[in-house]
Amino acid sequence: MTHKVLIIGSGPAGLTAAIYAARADLEPIMIEGMQRGGQLMLTTDVENYPGFSDGIMGPELMDAMHQQAERFGTQVVTQDVTKVDFSTRPFQVWVGDDLYEAESVIVSTGASARWLDIPGEERLRGFGVSACATCDGFFFRDRQLAVSGGGDSAMEEAIFLTKFASQVTIIHRRDEFRASKIMARRAIEHPKIDVIWDTVIEEVLGDEVVTALRLRNVKTGEESELAVDGLFVAIGHTPNTSIFQGILDLDEAGYILTNNGSTATSIAGVFAGGDVVDHVYRQAVTAAGMGCEAAIDAERWLDGQHA
Amino acid sequence: MGQNTVTATDSDFAEIVGSDTPTLVDFWAEWCGPCKMMNGPLEEIAGENSGSLVVAKLNVDENPNVAMQYGVMSIPTMIVFQNGTEKKRLVGARSKNQLESELAEFAV
Repeated sequence: MTHKVLIIGSGPAGLTAAIYAARADLEPIMIEGMQRGGQLMLTTDVENYPGFSDGIMGPELMDAMHQQAERFGTQVVTQDVTKVDFSTRPFQVWVGDDLYEAESVIVSTGASARWLDIPGEERLRGFGVSACATCDGFFFRDRQLAVSGGGDSAMEEAIFLTKFASQVTIIHRRDEFRASKIMARRAIEHPKIDVIWDTVIEEVLGDEVVTALRLRNVKTGEESELAVDGLFVAIGHTPNTSIFQGILDLDEAGYILTNNGSTATSIAGVFAGGDVVDHVYRQAVTAAGMGCEAAIDAERWLDGQHA
Repeated sequence: MGQNTVTATDSDFAEIVGSDTPTLVDFWAEWCGPCKMMNGPLEEIAGENSGSLVVAKLNVDENPNVAMQYGVMSIPTMIVFQNGTEKKRLVGARSKNQLESELAEFAV
């Protein structure tokens, strides 16, 4: 059967698109991916999503959106899309050997945490190197930790980790944070948090578990070692667009390009929204907004096709 | 807990992994988003391989001793034991397909 709307991804953008498409009787199917719920599943308190005056836990917010999407009849497949063909009509989307066909597609595959790509990092992943403070902070009670990064997520991770760690050191390659002022201040003023400015991590050291980091000051060139039991990496994200390479127009960083003022991609009938498009705002609420736009754009486009 | 998996605790852990049958222990916690992604795949794998592979779930919050003993520092971590010995360790969430291929040596 050919679906009217197929949605790839299940973060705030994908789920909002599903809610709107389902309510428009487009009977959407959502291939939600293994990382169901997207990046918010890895967060704790979300304090800036409108409507929740006391904040809400990220996974709870995503569960609620999921239920809302399902309530209006969204069909959900919990697998990763492995291949797409947008050169044929209907569009073809594969999950392994299973083929799904759809008249329109909404891409909301989001972005994933980036790694430092330095010696020792991959070898010690799961043995002190982590990109998920909420998952792994628990194992570092009364230990010394380092956080790499300077954005909101680095601040959030560092503050969260103080619940467990005896000391958290944020290592940042510049002399100021790009995090929002409120988050940066909370981190800098925290009694358990130190900051090492203008410094990059050259290597993660340790035979079986992390024992130290080799650091280099980018202004003086001076090298040093910092003894830590764990390193949490929070240096930003890369868009999840590998399956769209050579198929949709992407920018140099791999984000999907959309036409000014809409969610239309370089292929008519394929729409995109959320962090897979947006490297500027990257908020739950902006992603949800773009998911809504994508569903409305898809609905109007389908109307035009059937007119 | 799912119908195809068993629950392991600090007190019955040695008994559960002492079995002749390969036993995969999933170290998880309520507050771990990626751990929740593994529930479906592990439940299915347990159901499809009953007899050849036992899947046990161990809550690290309630059972910190085993997690510490095996140096678990990240969850989800899945360790396959046989006769009480660690045979294979997988760290991080993955798809059912990937998990199946990584467990192929245990006749999955």
